[in-house]
Formats: sequence, structure tokens, C-alpha cells
Amino acid sequence: MEVILFHLMPYADLDLEKGRANGTVWVNLPNSNFDPVKGHKLYNRYLDELEYGEELGFDAIAVNEHHQTAYGLMPSPIVTASALARRTKRAKIAILGSALPLREHPLMVAEEHAMIDVISGGRLISGFVRGIGAEYHTFGVNPTFSHDRFHEAHDLIVRAWTEPGPFAFQGRHYNVQYVNLWPRPYQKPHPPIWIPSQGSRETIDWSAHPDRRYTYLQTFSPASVVQRYLKMYRDTCKGFGYEAEDRQLGWAVPVYVAQTDEAARREAKPHFEAFRNVFVRMPVEMLLPPGYTSRESLKSVMKAKAAMFADITLEKSIELGVIVCGSPASARAALESYWKDMRFGNLLVLCQFGTLPADLTRKNMELFAREVMPAVKAFRSSAELVR
Amino acid sequence: MTFSERFIEVDGCRLNLRRGGSGEPLLYLHGASGAPAVLPFMEKLAQRFDVLVPEHPGFGASDEPGWLENMHDLAYFYLDVLESLELRGLHLVGSSLGGWLALEMAVRDASRLKSLLLVGPAGISVPGVKPGDVFLWSPEELTRNLFFDPALAEKMLAQPMTPELLDVSLKNRHTVARLGWEPRMHDPFLRKWLHRVNVPVKIVWGEADKILPVAYAGEFKKLMPAAEVEIIPRCGHLPQAERPEEFCDIVMRFAGKR
Repeated sequence: MEVILFHLMPYADLDLEKGRANGTVWVNLPNSNFDPVKGHKLYNRYLDELEYGEELGFDAIAVNEHHQTAYGLMPSPIVTASALARRTKRAKIAILGSALPLREHPLMVAEEHAMIDVISGGRLISGFVRGIGAEYHTFGVNPTFSHDRFHEAHDLIVRAWTEPGPFAFQGRHYNVQYVNLWPRPYQKPHPPIWIPSQGSRETIDWSAHPDRRYTYLQTFSPASVVQRYLKMYRDTCKGFGYEAEDRQLGWAVPVYVAQTDEAARREAKPHFEAFRNVFVRMPVEMLLPPGYTSRESLKSVMKAKAAMFADITLEKSIELGVIVCGSPASARAALESYWKDMRFGNLLVLCQFGTLPADLTRKNMELFAREVMPAVKAFRSSAELVR
Repeated sequence: MTFSERFIEVDGCRLNLRRGGSGEPLLYLHGASGAPAVLPFMEKLAQRFDVLVPEHPGFGASDEPGWLENMHDLAYFYLDVLESLELRGLHLVGSSLGGWLALEMAVRDASRLKSLLLVGPAGISVPGVKPGDVFLWSPEELTRNLFFDPALAEKMLAQPMTPELLDVSLKNRHTVARLGWEPRMHDPFLRKWLHRVNVPVKIVWGEADKILPVAYAGEFKKLMPAAEVEIIPRCGHLPQAERPEEFCDIVMRFAGKR
């Protein structure tokens, strides 16, 4: 089992009342709410936290991409991953991921990822995503072409990484006479590709395909939903005639540990509820613009709308497995139980969420790394024993 | 006046077409919310014209052809429809997105047109004027923003949403996004060629339009100086639905005299 420290870099200094009053912190929360001086401190604090992750023994540290939102201050994960590439020596660096359809040109993504891979000596994990629905509103990219652009951009990037250049690429969205990447990536044939997803049949079919076998990451969902999608991935692999390896599956989940269950709940509560009920929140029209998902998925989301868009407490979230929160013993037990059900080979833990301040974040990371992570990393060997 | 309803096939696409009345042909091109039923203004126009009301490809009961990627595709398709139905001396009426479509057709080939009447047409952008965001509004906000008279919005909102209506509304919304997400509800190159529209043009606008503000009418007038512009006071984005009597009078006066 690989354990990855994942960061969203939220604007933790947000005036939560303003976020609430606006109905969302995405797309149209005025950027007058962002204070660059506070932002300066936050960026450096968050980068320190990720670097500390290497020291604490995490296998990888991970960043991602979100635009024009207080939810996450990383419109370019390239910037944060680059900073980390020079300040770390051992840990892998995961970009989870670059939002391919939002980028004007996929060759830039191929180049930037190759640079980080070469600079870091082959420590890059390349994640590809489509960007979330809100980002189609902010970027003006047509969501009805989102899947097309994603697939074509992916094809161009992988070919640019692997085929001798120069060669010509002709697509519907991108046309290049001379694809001839300098630098080529350090890893052979290319950096591992991971596909973070909120859960979709199409994404699973595509990532599980024998030509790709990409690691599928289910992000922030109730454990029962994670289990359903990870099982769907395994079943899809079987349908393709092969058995999925555990390393092809990952789960990203917020984690908070403290000395006792009671202390963990007390300390995490306001910060997690800010994350879940303010930072994540957006209206369905923002989340799912036309064409971003199939109309059938859109209808099922609309049906579940009341449940999805209502406030949810920390206690309920623990019960649903939206967060793992408790004493080290409780966290170990919860993760082991989830792992037995799902057999994910990668666990991505979000040790900072919402407004969680620096001191609690460090305490959480240290306790998790010392008291929980060793047991979690050992899950793999027991799996091998079972086999 | 009864309207017939049937499918015609053009360019491999099954198009649901309602047709009623007699007289000179008048083709009505609907906007983003489609044309799911025969409305009072269509009935009234049918007393004077041979009224054709198709549901565009990607809307209502019509097919969703794979080739439909942008407004230019739709314009060429409808020019093929005019040819296929052998329509000549046609009065073309387009509302909102349908107005944009009518303009894209007319700059390409106006030879089958006798007149062009646009109702709050999209198709251009106006510096400094911000249109409503139909994709970010909830369905309820959108309905309220369509009308000047809140009672009309209430009446629409009171209609129960059946699974069939939901399917159609999601289908329509998808096609509207495909055609008009970006650039938002316009074609930046269209304004260069509006001088090619060489038939009489009338532009009708609701003074209280919250989707495309009435300032658009002034910009169109600048781009097409020969066009007549008529602003309807106390009226929203859909004069044909909100003020059907007045709207039909305008059509009769404009198209009827030609």
C-alpha cells in the first residue's frame, strides 16, 4: 500500500459567512475576498506541509488543479509541483491532475510534466482530469466537447512522451505539424498516469482498458460509493479479461487523528464542516453544466439533489465514511475495514481541509504518520499473504 | 387552425415539423426552450400564412445528429431544408437563438427569403452589455427572467415536470450549450457579414428583456441600418408568448404588406 499526502490548498482565511451568503465559493465569489498577504502566508505554509510529508515518510505528496475558487488556490499544479520537485529528494510528486480540456494546448501539459519528471529524476505521477463543471463556467470551454477534448489531449500527450519526434498530429481539436518534445520524460515509457474521478462509468471503462490500465482514484465520496465504483473498476477489468492489480485503485479521503475519538471530533468539527458545507458547495447548474456528464447521470444527481446539497455534520460524515476521524486506533480500524472491502492499493489522505489551522494540521500529520501509516502500509503485505 | 405534425428527413436527420394555415410561407425558428407545442401566436399567424414550425436538430422530438457541432452546421442544414421543401418567397421569423440562426442563414443565402423578422436575436456581442447567464441560472430563475409579467412565469412554473418533459428540457439544454456556450450565444465573425442580408429586416425587442438586454437592438441597428426596430414596452424576452396579439400585428404589418 502506498500512502500519499494530498493537499487542496484552500483559502483557509475565507470569511465563511461571505462564502455562505454567496451560496458558493466557486465562479462568482468576488476575488476581493482574497487577501494576497494572507495568501502569501498560506502558500508557504501549505508547501511546508507537503515537504514535511516527505520527512514523515509519505510515499508521495500530491497537488491538484482548481480555478477561480476559495476551495483550492492551485490554478496551476505545475507551479506547486515544480516548487516541490526542488525541495524534496525521495517522495514521488503527484499532480492529480492537470485539467486537460481546459488547457489551450495539451503539448504544454506534456512539456511541463516532462520537465518536472526530468528535474525530479523520475518522481512524477501524472494525473489527468477534465476539470470540474464549475471550471467550464469560468473558462468558457464548451462542456459538450469536454470528453472529446480530454481523450484527444490525452492521446497527443502520451504520443508526444513516447513516440520519436518529430511527427505530425491531426485531431479534431488539436493539430500540430511537428510534435518533438524537449525534454522527453525521465521515466520509461512515461510517468505513471492516474485518473482521479468523482465516479463515472465512462471514465472507468476508459481507464481500465487493457491498453491503459491507469490508476483510478475515487475522490471524496461516501465509502459505500467509493466501494461501488472501485468494484465497478475491478469488474470492468475482468470484463476486459484481466485481474486489476491493487495499485490500479486509489481512494482520496480527509483524515483527522487525535489522541482520543472525542478530541479528534472536537478539533476537526468546525474545519471539516467548513470544508464540506462551505468550500465544496455549489448549485447543480454550476457543478454539472450540459454535456459534462451523460444526461442519465445528470438526472440521478438531480434526484439525489436534496441529500447532496444539504449541510452535513462531521458525525454524519464519519458514519458515511466521507472522512476518517478518531483516535489512531479508530482510524487504523476504520481504514483496515474499508481496505478489506475495497482493496485499494493507494490511500490519499487529506490532512488539511477547510479552515484547519497550521498547528492542528501538523499534529494530525505527525500522529497519522507515526500511529496509523505504518499499519496502513502493511495492508499490502497481508494481501500478498492472502494470495 | 389545425397544425399537422410529421417528421421530414433532411441530411440524414429526422426533423419534427408542425405546419398549419395557408398563404405565403412563414418559417418560425424557435429559441433555446424549443417549440414543444402550437402556441396562440402560431395559430393567429396561420390565419394569414402557411406557418412552418420545426423543432431544430437536437431539440424536442427531432434527431440529435452527430454532425451538429456549431451554429454554422445548423444554418447550412436549414438552407437544405428550404431547398428540400421547395420554399420560396419565405418570411423567416427567428426568436433568440433562432434569430441568430436566421441571420447565419441569411448571410449565406437569402435568395429564398422575402423578409426576415428577428425577435430578441442572439448572434452578436455588444461591448459593455452583459447578457443573462442562462446556464448558471436554475430552471426557476430562468423562467422568471424570461417574462416581464411575473404571473406568466408563475403559470409556467406551476406546470408539473413529467419525466418526458425533463428529458426534452435536458436535451434542449445540451444542444443550446453545444451551439452557444462559447463564444456565449454569438459568433464573433457574424457581424462582419450582416451587410449580406439583402431582404427587408425587422427587429422586435422586449424593453424589459433580461436575457438579451434591449441595448442589443441598438447595436443591430448600427450593423444593419436599413432594419426597422420596434421596442415593445413592459415585455420580456419572448414578445410572441408574452404579447401575442401585439406581436402578430407587427408580423402582419411587416411581412403581410410585402
